[in-house]
Amino acid sequence: MTSTLSDFTFTTDSDGVATLTWDAPGKSMNVFTDLTMGELGHAIDRIVADPSIKGCIIVSGKADSFSGGADIRMLAGLVDRSKENEKTLGADEANRIFFEESRKLSQLFRKLETCGKPFVAAINGICLGGAFELALACHYRVVSDNAKTRLGLPEIKIGIFPGAGGTQRVARLAHTADALIFMMKGEALKPNAALKLNLVHAVAPKEELVARAKEWILSVGNAIQPWDAEGFKLPSGPVYSKAGMMVWSPASALLRKDTNDNYPAAKALLQSVYEGLQLPMDAALRVESRYFAHILKGQVAHAMIRTLFVSMQALNKGARRPPNEPATTIKRIGVIGAGFMGSGIATVAALAGIEVVLIDRDQSSADRGKANANKVMTNNVAKGRATESEREAFLARITPTEDFGLLKNVDLVVEAVFEDPSVKAETIQKAEAAMPSSVVFASNTSTLPISELAHHFSRPVDFIGIHFFSPVDRMQLVEIIVGKQTGSKALAMAFDFVRKIGKTPIVVNDARGFFANRCVLNYLLEGHLMLQEGVPPAMIENAARMAGMPVGPLALSDEIAIDLIYKILKATKAALGPHAVNQVQESILNSMVENHHRLGRKSGGGFYDYPKDAPKRLWTGLTEFQSKQLDPETISVSDLKHRLLVTQALEAARSIEEGIVTDPREADVGAILGFGFAPYTGGPISMIDGIGPNRFVALCEALANQYGDRFLPNALLKKMAAAGEQFYS
Amino acid sequence: MSEAYIYDHARTPRGRGKPDGALHEVTALALAAAPLRALKQRNHLDPALVDDVVLGCVDPVGEAGGNIGRAAALVAGFGIGVPGLQINRFCASGLDAVNFAAAQIIAGQQQMALAGGAESMSRIGLGASGGAWASDPSIAIPAYFMPQGNSADLIATKYGFSRAAVDAYAVESQKRAAKAWSNGYFKSSIEPVKDINGLTILAHDEHMRPETSLESLGGLKPSFAVMADHGGFGAVALQAHPEIEAIHHVHHAGNSSGIVDGAAAVLLGSKAAGQSAGLKPRARIKAFANIGSDPALMLTGPVDVTKKLLKNAGMTIKDIDLFEVNEAFAAVVLRFIQAFDVDPALVNPNGGAIAMGHPLGATGAMILGTALDELERTNKSTALITLCIGAGMGTATIIERV
Repeated sequence: MTSTLSDFTFTTDSDGVATLTWDAPGKSMNVFTDLTMGELGHAIDRIVADPSIKGCIIVSGKADSFSGGADIRMLAGLVDRSKENEKTLGADEANRIFFEESRKLSQLFRKLETCGKPFVAAINGICLGGAFELALACHYRVVSDNAKTRLGLPEIKIGIFPGAGGTQRVARLAHTADALIFMMKGEALKPNAALKLNLVHAVAPKEELVARAKEWILSVGNAIQPWDAEGFKLPSGPVYSKAGMMVWSPASALLRKDTNDNYPAAKALLQSVYEGLQLPMDAALRVESRYFAHILKGQVAHAMIRTLFVSMQALNKGARRPPNEPATTIKRIGVIGAGFMGSGIATVAALAGIEVVLIDRDQSSADRGKANANKVMTNNVAKGRATESEREAFLARITPTEDFGLLKNVDLVVEAVFEDPSVKAETIQKAEAAMPSSVVFASNTSTLPISELAHHFSRPVDFIGIHFFSPVDRMQLVEIIVGKQTGSKALAMAFDFVRKIGKTPIVVNDARGFFANRCVLNYLLEGHLMLQEGVPPAMIENAARMAGMPVGPLALSDEIAIDLIYKILKATKAALGPHAVNQVQESILNSMVENHHRLGRKSGGGFYDYPKDAPKRLWTGLTEFQSKQLDPETISVSDLKHRLLVTQALEAARSIEEGIVTDPREADVGAILGFGFAPYTGGPISMIDGIGPNRFVALCEALANQYGDRFLPNALLKKMAAAGEQFYS
Repeated sequence: MSEAYIYDHARTPRGRGKPDGALHEVTALALAAAPLRALKQRNHLDPALVDDVVLGCVDPVGEAGGNIGRAAALVAGFGIGVPGLQINRFCASGLDAVNFAAAQIIAGQQQMALAGGAESMSRIGLGASGGAWASDPSIAIPAYFMPQGNSADLIATKYGFSRAAVDAYAVESQKRAAKAWSNGYFKSSIEPVKDINGLTILAHDEHMRPETSLESLGGLKPSFAVMADHGGFGAVALQAHPEIEAIHHVHHAGNSSGIVDGAAAVLLGSKAAGQSAGLKPRARIKAFANIGSDPALMLTGPVDVTKKLLKNAGMTIKDIDLFEVNEAFAAVVLRFIQAFDVDPALVNPNGGAIAMGHPLGATGAMILGTALDELERTNKSTALITLCIGAGMGTATIIERV
């Protein structure tokens, strides 16, 4: 018997085993939509009603994947609908409807696992989020040993948490600590790791999945989940037991350590497991649903879903690529400068299958660049992320040379030579002489204006900036810098290259510091000023991390190198005059560099000391820069946190006003990927919207009043506040 | 309003709180009943005069559960007419029991009561009663839950007490306790624990190590570093007090209170009740107070509650002749001395829980008794007794000889 639904194909065989093949038409990946849920519900009814059916196998019709999970836009849509309902039906009724709607998937899965007939998930390829929650509700899970098979619950990464029974089933299958780590990290597991955690029952070759599933239905076919069976015992024992105490009290501490208590979803996840493990399954799922509805409606989930899912996906797909430029093919590129950045660019290009001509001023420098690329790849092999033959193929794609002549048949040239205008000029001219006359030239400069560098190129229309972040192989963001004369062909080329190497591009117009570095410099400045005011250095660093930044401003200064920050400050002063720089900061940097020769981590000391066999410690000499030493009990930690974030958000708003960034999505994604701006805010612009431009302007004015004019809101913000506007519609 | 007077008090010796401790064979109930029985016998008390028995117990589960106050009163021979109550304010329970009984008397609703506490840590186990505070994220996260040792190290770091300073304090506690024992300062309050045949099971505090020196303590490893690093509690401490770069781990078994078994009771009553019983009052309860304090520091409540109590009582720190500050950890007492700038000689002059142990629910009543004995011995008038408390609280009581 065969019957066709839309998302599923339903078949039954002569042994009475039904198969639901999930193959959403017109999509490369299955996702849970309203339609999918409805069809799955009907299919369960049919299987229950048909006495000839013994059980059911759920498989994917897609070649390489099971499913990516629930349609995130559908979840976000529930929130929008609830806001509408609130207007027409009132808050209580809207609330009730939202609760029911947001737990539909959870109840569907509960219906499946209690329907009385055995269900098996036969999984090949990636199976994430709601799809893995479906699998967990099945009575048996067999997964393929395919290299692409991954099982995970990544919800936490976008500010929500598994809300379709995931928290309850994972914590009833795996030991509590393992379950919590798995869900809190949101990292997908390989099949054997999932087997080890007891999250799946069997791993088998892809071709045998369905046969193994059928065999289980016919030979065992137990349709009662362990947690619904008499005498079920939790894998780690009761929450309130000696063993439970050993897990649960560190769990809250580790959550605070990892999240600084900035992520409501992480807390709700923990709370759901804590409460759920003390309840029978139906009540446990209801509790999970209550927290899920609460989180889904919150500002953090709203902002994180928008920036880290919707916007990021759009930017990765080239939302900002000039639509009329034909697609390009990039087979071979030239990278000039085989230093730290150049070899990094060569590495990511070669990893993406692009051939690279890696040029430096002499052969041995070029060879060193290739050796560095090899290091990254060797590390990948050691960690099981790549095979030895992949490493060999990778190395074969990189040709180190001193000969510019090899640029004759490349599709793109990227330079990453020393940040000196005359070195850049010479490189550009030498490259142009050797490269094809239609090929785009990109500069990886982080400090020099693209429009000025373009003067050295006879076709400025084909000259563009592609600004990578360090370390190139790990940093996901790329700023594409558009000079005054840069044309759409160069822009499209840059997009296609960035997309091909799997990074996320944002388009930035040419201005000092571009976008990311402007915000970062403000962050560093604020830290240096706090130091001068007399805030204990540790308090600056801790407050920054508590605000959600990955690294405190003093530690970041050391990483970037204090002499480099000083150099940028001096360049700004030279270009824009003494009022363009902060004199307090200038004197601190000057003293660090000139008097103490403390240049940062690279010189073995900066704001921190770096003892050989102990963790870094703040340098005790920092008191030299403090006008006085404030009593920490009199310092508002909340003010410190605000200052460190607001100064960056304000700079992002100025960047938009000045037309340096033109799309709030790019500012938000760029800030989170580029310099780790507090992800729970959804980025600096989302932070302003979340607070409300009105209140944000008031906050800026209060900070300006107390800490200085650098916090004065710009005209755009004041205009938006007055008009009640937001950056996102 | 009536006055509440202290007529007598008694305590058991403190047994090492492990299976090889002398009091391990004694049930929690027998332990709790021992000082009650002693007070009844040595004061020839008529149970008909007694309105209540209030006992503090921090882990009231198993044999210590289900209201050990009532069971202990019956076992101690007070008869069916004397009710019992068990209260829990963690480490101050024994003192809170005294305050609770005193409040009833002051309010005129009761005339005479016995109050104290009992803890058989060797039999029940520290933390055996569980509780949401440590495990439920909805309180553990906002309250910055940490094990007490981590809080003690946080206090030492925040207020600048070095390893040498906390160790020196511990050595002094041992010396003072040894001297007090050898001079018989505790003689009138100690009631040896005896078996059914009248044979003595334990007559002295078993936890003391009078030979302790700075050198011997120097060899001990900090006890709470592992939990701080691997349990995440170090990060919790820094988020609660972000001016600190790193926690200095200075506490260990030698400068923290000992885990012991023990029980204590105080006989309280109005003037009239004392007269009916033919007893002479030794002191009056002048004032008492409770307070909540920073839960991350957790153990600085004695400072906060003392400020509150002195203000309520219209007194200053100079009005106090003697202090008993429970030695939960050395840093707790050092912080108290630092905050009020009091003479260290006046604080715990006969040693404390570092030397003799801290039977959680009983300690408050024990150190109140120690303070009264010392006032009498030195012919001074006023003592303040205070304890730090889990979850960030403080309890304090001022007594005055009459």
